[in-house]
Order: sequence, then C-alpha cells, then structure tokens
Amino acid sequence: MEASSKFIARTALAGWLGELSARFRVWAPRREGRAVLYRPFDPQAPEDNLPELDKKPTESAKHIIFPRSEPLINFRRKRDPEHPGQFLLDLRVPEAPGPSLIFGLPPCDARGFMVFDPVYNGSGTDGQARDIYYLRRRAAALLIVRSCSRTLSTCFCNWVGGAPDSAEGADILASEAEDGFLLEPVSSEGAAALDSGLLVPADENRLKAAQAARDEAKKTLKPAPDISGAGKALLERFEDAAFWKGEAAHCLSCGICTFLCPTCYCFNVTDETAGANGVRLRSWDACMTPLFTLEASGHNPRQDKAARLKNRIGHKFSYYPELHEARFACVGCGRCIKSCPSGVDIRRIVTDSVGLTQSPKPKAAPRNIPGGKE
Amino acid sequence: MPELALKPAFNPSTPNPYLPQVATVLEVIQETHNIRSFRVRLDDEQAWASFSFEPGQLGQLSLFGVGEATFVINSPPTCKAYLQFSVMRAGEVTTALHGLQAGDKIGLRAPLGNSFPYNDLKGKNVIFIGGGIGMAPMRTLLLYMLDNRRDYGDISLLYGARTPQDLSFAYDRADWLGREDMRTVLTIDAPAEGWEHKVGLIPNVLTEMAPSPENAVAVTCGPPIMIKFTLQALGKLGFKPEQILTTLEKRMKCGIGICGRCNIGEKYVCIDGPVFTYAQLQTMVNEL
Repeated sequence: MEASSKFIARTALAGWLGELSARFRVWAPRREGRAVLYRPFDPQAPEDNLPELDKKPTESAKHIIFPRSEPLINFRRKRDPEHPGQFLLDLRVPEAPGPSLIFGLPPCDARGFMVFDPVYNGSGTDGQARDIYYLRRRAAALLIVRSCSRTLSTCFCNWVGGAPDSAEGADILASEAEDGFLLEPVSSEGAAALDSGLLVPADENRLKAAQAARDEAKKTLKPAPDISGAGKALLERFEDAAFWKGEAAHCLSCGICTFLCPTCYCFNVTDETAGANGVRLRSWDACMTPLFTLEASGHNPRQDKAARLKNRIGHKFSYYPELHEARFACVGCGRCIKSCPSGVDIRRIVTDSVGLTQSPKPKAAPRNIPGGKE
Repeated sequence: MPELALKPAFNPSTPNPYLPQVATVLEVIQETHNIRSFRVRLDDEQAWASFSFEPGQLGQLSLFGVGEATFVINSPPTCKAYLQFSVMRAGEVTTALHGLQAGDKIGLRAPLGNSFPYNDLKGKNVIFIGGGIGMAPMRTLLLYMLDNRRDYGDISLLYGARTPQDLSFAYDRADWLGREDMRTVLTIDAPAEGWEHKVGLIPNVLTEMAPSPENAVAVTCGPPIMIKFTLQALGKLGFKPEQILTTLEKRMKCGIGICGRCNIGEKYVCIDGPVFTYAQLQTMVNEL
C-alpha cells in the first residue's frame, strides 16, 4: 500500500478538510481553553478552526458515534377518533445521520470503537440484537488516526495491545513528517478519501521522517508489565474486600473515568415529554454511581464504591475479555488517570492484582482534593 | 504495513431492538393491595398471530413518557388470547403501570431472555417454591406443565406470602387446590382469622413437606432472604445445586445485553438469564 501513501502540507490541511466536508460531517480536535475537544470542522472558516494535533484530546472520540444523549424513538399520543377518551401511539425512529469523518484521533480512540463493536453488533452472531443507532453511525464513519509523536506519563496503550502508531481500526493513518503529514491508507474507503489534488505522493524522505517520529514516540513509553494474568487475578480477588476497599479508598464515585473512557459503553434510557409529544432518549451512564444498579425494592447489588470500582475494573480486564476473544476493554489512553480528581490509577489496580505492585493500604490522600490531607 | 480496518457493516433491514410493538391492555386484575396483573395483546394482527415465547421469558412493558420495565410473561405459551404480566407497585414505572385501564395502549418488547428448561424437566417430579410476587415468574411454567400434564411426574407447589391478602392468583389457586394431579400447599407468615392452610415461613414449611430429591427439580423464586433459606433447606433435603432452578431480577434497561446494567460478572441477566440453576449461580461472581 506504500505506493498510494500521500503527503499533505500543514498549510493545505484546512483546504483538504474543507473538501472532505462536502462528503462528510468532519470532526477534529480543537483547543478550547485548557481542554482539547472534538468539534465539527467549519468549512466556512477553515483557518479559524485548525485541528489541535499536538495535544492529546481531553475527551475520547466516542460521542461522535455514540452521542452523550440521542433520541431512540419520537412518540406522540393522539386521541383515538373511534374511541373518545383513548389514545393511539405514534412511534417514529429518527432518520440515520449522514456519514462522518473524524480527523486526528489518537490510535487509542480508534481502538476504543473496536471494543464497542462486538457488543453493539450482537457479538456478530445471528439472532442477537444489534444496535442500529450505533451501527449506522459506525459503518458510515471514516477514521483518520494520527500516530502519536509524543506520549504522556499516563499513556499505557502498550500494556493492552496498542501502540502510539497503531493503525488498528483506522481508515487512514496520518503521521507527522516535517512540514506536514504522511497519509497511509488502511482501508479501501480510506484510500478513496486520499484522492485529492491537495495531496502529493509521499516521497522517500517523508516516509523516513514519519517512521523516525513514530519510532521516537514508541521509545518514550515505559516497557509494559505482563498483565496477561490480570483477568484471572482480579476474579480471584473478588471476595478480597480489603483489597477493593483500599483501591477505592479515594474514589468519589463521580464517574469522570467512565465519561472520558473510549470503551465505557453503558447507557440509560429515559423518556421526556412535552404535551402530547415526547422522546425516548439513550444517554451515557456510569457504573460508578450508586443509582446505576439500585432496584425499585431498595436493594442494590453494588451498594458501596468498592463494589462499583471492582465491577468497572472487572468488566474491562475479566468479564469483557471472557466474552470477546480475550481482548481487554481498555485501550490504555490514560484519561481516567489524568482526570481523576482523587488519583485513582487503573494501572496500579491491575498491577496490584497480579502482585507486581502492592499499594499501601490505606493510601495517603492526595493533596489536591478538598478534604485531602496536607 | 497496517492491516485493513475491520468495522461492522450495517444492514438497513436490521430490526430495531429498541422499538416496542404497540399493544392494548385487555384486562386489569387487582391481585393484592400492591400487585396488579395486566392482560395485553399486540395490536398488529400479523405480529400477534406469529408471536411465540417460551415459559420464563421476559417482556419489557413500555409507558411512553414514563419508561420501560422488565417482567416475566406469566401466562403460559399455551394461552393464545393474551400475555399476562403481574406488576408489584414499587418504583416510577410500576406506579404508572398501575394507572392503566382496559383499552389503554402500551409498548411491548418481547420475548427477551432465556427460559425454563421445560423439555429437560419432562418425566421429572417438580416442586415449585414461590414467595410473594416470586410466584409470578413460575406461574408460566406451572401452567404450561399442567397443560402438558402427562409429560411430567409429580407436581407440587408451595406458595407463601406475608398474609392471606398478599397471595396473588386467586383464580388459579382454587383450581390448584382442587386438582388431584398436583399437591398445593399455601402458607402465611403469622396466623390469621379464617385461614385454613399452613402458617410458617416458606423454608420451614418446605422442610416439613420434605419433598424427595429423587428424580426431582425444585423451582424457586421470591425475595432474597427467602431464597437464601430455601436454598439451605433444599440442600438439607438432598437437592443438588443442579436440581434447583431460580429466576433472577436485576435493574434492567435495554433487555438485550448491551446497556451493561444487569451483569453479574460476565453474565447478563437479560440475555443469559433470567433463569439460572443454583449450580450456575455458584460459578458466577457473588454479587446478587
């Protein structure tokens, strides 16, 4: 495929994204204050919203395919003309949105969608329910992954099968090369998107420069510990209340880890009405909150935060791999570590479980939270 | 060199698993002070004619503007006139459901989940042990077996509630008590005037009944505390974990194994259950 690799100068990037906007709703990371967020690219003012590609997006890209809140059904109650006093139900499923393109997502975000896929596609088996809302967006989305030129101290994609230059799940892999980006097609749809007069064939120097930048980024990641036994080890720890109490000691049950996570896919379904019209919404939910499993009877199978943290970690490293070809439901993006207000570190829990580390229990409270010890 | 991206394809003719079918409430039965049964039928004639389910399977009842909740279809598959759901008033959706009247429209997504292994039970003696609303999910299997009586061995039922007024299915109980091809024992927690049946907690009455584990299967459902002691009593009577069936409840949303809410370890009650053997439960993580 190297023959069809292209190069785009940084100065031509906005023009190319503008071209692609004719066929796709284009999303790209943009800096907003201290955060980098995926935002729709505005082809009318391309120079004003150039993608932020140097800083890792603060959020994952999952909301583009799996919106924070989306209508499943629009409903309307109408009076039954034949039976006064009774109502008829009119149910409508919203139309499929048009195709989207995500430019500049890090490899971990693209791999995150691959964790969603089997769950939302009925495990690929006949007779299993398939989530049409997810699938129709996912199938029509083009992912242009940018390989990471540098990594953060919280990055650990290499622990869970990823790499800073992984093309897994990508349609095109973009890599920094001097004054622009090398664009390598990964899928046939990706190759088709590279058909533009703004792109030039990649020359040998740029291929080499891109490779050198990628190799450099890989070196910045610390070697990965062997966590292949984590699934089993965490299950063996299931009844170890002291272990989980220690790990969860500082958890605030805020759920930020789940909302920023590219693989957390749980949702809630709620109805909203205005007069005779209403909408059934599917919205992101978080297993870290006590309401998630609270039953109408008052019974709650995961009453305390240790049980909830245990479920979240267990799902990612034991339960999901058990169901989906031994793949961890974690892509090592590190956002849950970076954004946790109380310093919970998923890496630490996993290495503690397999005995590579042993967190002191109880841990000292971090200094930067209210109520934390100085 | 990178390999090809593998993303799932989307076939536009894929059925939408979240879209309920519209059904009409045919009849509302006041079972106890806080339990009502609803008999419903799909509006679409073709869909109704081809509708089928197995005993133990679930349905999601949907009240647009309020939400959905999951219940076991407690009429037997042999009943072609309606599907029955028994609803204890507890939360938002169940409270709203209690406001339904005959003629009202609701949404229905069904059937969902697994079912009782009614074929494997053929030729076996079956004892049902139900507490309170826990009788509802077993009712479908019991009625199915009574409709196919010759396929099964001895059938016994132990059904208990706090007070006589808390027992549901009065219309069934008269039949069950009168039948010669099944043994029915009713019990309440404390003596009550005019009560002619047993008084005592279910596990104690079960011990007194002393069903033989020989070629037998116990099916039980009820509140967690009753299940806990019933399992102990069955164990003492010699029932092995493989001989005990139960049906579980969890807070559910999607009902199709996606929303991630009803898991017990890697099992999802909505698709891997609601019916589990006690032997299966013992292999699962302890998080009921």
